[in-house]
Amino acid sequence: MGEFLAMGGYGAFVWPSYALAAAVLAGLWLSSRWTLKAREAELARLEGEGASRRTRPRAEGQGS
Amino acid sequence: MRALLGIVRRDLLLAIRQGSDSVAILFFFVVAATLFPFGVGPEPNVLARIAAGIVWVTALLAAMLSLDRLFQADYEDGSLEALALAPTPLGLTVLAKGLAHWLTTGLPLIAASPVLAVMLNMEAAGLGLLVAAMALGTPSLSLIGAIGAALTLGARRGGVLISLLVLPLYIPVLIFGVGAVDAALTGLSPRPHLMILGALLLLSLALAPVAAAAALRQALE
Amino acid sequence: MHRFANPSRFLRLGQAVLPWSAGLTVLLLAIGVPWALLVAPPDYQQGESVRIMYVHVPAAWMAMFVYTTVAAASASALIWRHPLGDLIARAASPVGAWFTVLTLVTGSLWGKPMWGAWWVWDARLTSVLVLLFLYLGHIALANAFEDAGRGEKAAAVLALVGFVNVPIIKWSVDWWNTLHQPASVARLGGPSIHPAMLWPLLVMGLAFTAFFVTLLLMRVRSEFLGRKLRALRLTQAAQGMAEAPAGAEVS
Repeated sequence: MGEFLAMGGYGAFVWPSYALAAAVLAGLWLSSRWTLKAREAELARLEGEGASRRTRPRAEGQGS
Repeated sequence: MRALLGIVRRDLLLAIRQGSDSVAILFFFVVAATLFPFGVGPEPNVLARIAAGIVWVTALLAAMLSLDRLFQADYEDGSLEALALAPTPLGLTVLAKGLAHWLTTGLPLIAASPVLAVMLNMEAAGLGLLVAAMALGTPSLSLIGAIGAALTLGARRGGVLISLLVLPLYIPVLIFGVGAVDAALTGLSPRPHLMILGALLLLSLALAPVAAAAALRQALE
Repeated sequence: MHRFANPSRFLRLGQAVLPWSAGLTVLLLAIGVPWALLVAPPDYQQGESVRIMYVHVPAAWMAMFVYTTVAAASASALIWRHPLGDLIARAASPVGAWFTVLTLVTGSLWGKPMWGAWWVWDARLTSVLVLLFLYLGHIALANAFEDAGRGEKAAAVLALVGFVNVPIIKWSVDWWNTLHQPASVARLGGPSIHPAMLWPLLVMGLAFTAFFVTLLLMRVRSEFLGRKLRALRLTQAAQGMAEAPAGAEVS
């Protein structure tokens, strides 16, 4: 196990590379997901609000 | 053709009337190049080695200074809209604007570059080539710059943004501009470098008007 | 409404594909990472440090692939006024920039033991650095306008200009580098690569591609919703203003 972690003396370079790759992939995934969820929630809230407040049919407001 | 010259003359007259722009750019060029000996030390050999690079890099930066105003005034007072509606193709207008920009910034830079090069201990063999390379390279800078100027029209922080967009595109001109001088100084033929600079100029002549005109149309939409 | 017909079809399709591409990403990573770290042989010259290749090279592939995607999407947005093109370009560009950063940093981590320096002005490293600048310019331009649509159109032109320039820049940097080649630089990798290394590399490359597809589907949807939100806020604000005087008239 220790030998595996040492990576033939290159552990200090190999592991940060993989850690960074994991961090970049995970960070991209999480930030994309958060933005998407936040926008979905915001849209649901706005549309719910608009539908309850507005008396006009909803289709009118979506043309733009 | 006449319309093209008309735009060039109008821009030149404006530049002369407002004055100072060319002088300020020239002043920046000289001052910025003067900083390098302070940065790397006055050792003549070191300076001679990097002289071509210093002159070219500062020239790139200086050529960028007035880019954000290339279309700005015309955009704000509405004459750009008139130019876009005029029978002259918008690409030709861009070409004229680029030519005017080159006459007011590129030409003074070319004129000043041998003086700076001498001050930086460049050998005499390199001076003529520096001027030739600058003459072939600076028009490309104005044309590529015109794309950046058209793209950032009406943008927030347009001036800083232009440098971010345009500087990476300037890299080939820089490489071959310095390469021509270095080749001459090391006794090699500068011909290939100059020919590539010419090719880059032809390419920017063909592409910059199209791209900048597309960008201008979007800005006017 | 027909303007959004295509994006909504794309979004519906995307929703269906998303779980599959996400699952494929996880599967390929679950195969590729152990393969790269445990099974693949060490290089006879570079030893175990060659394992950095399995994240570095796929990241570099993606850096270039994503830029091509952005350029293609921009072309479709400019030529056919395809609204989806703008969304894809805006969604993909930051992902490409991050892949480029990953390429540069893992390259640096690989270069330190191989070259003895964190950074050398090697032709490939320098070209990738310039690619990062192109990405950053694209992102900055897309976000530089009050009107998001104008930013997208300007960024599309820039993406195409950049795409034409990438080979020219790459070629000039190669030329520049052969003139100034520092003697100590050893070439990483080689023209031929052993199959025992090629297979895990391909699996990792596919994993990164599947990851990008997954991310792109999510982000395009996100951009689409963002655009819809802006439109909705605008109409609500307009209605809010219109309703007040109208109400006064009725009463």
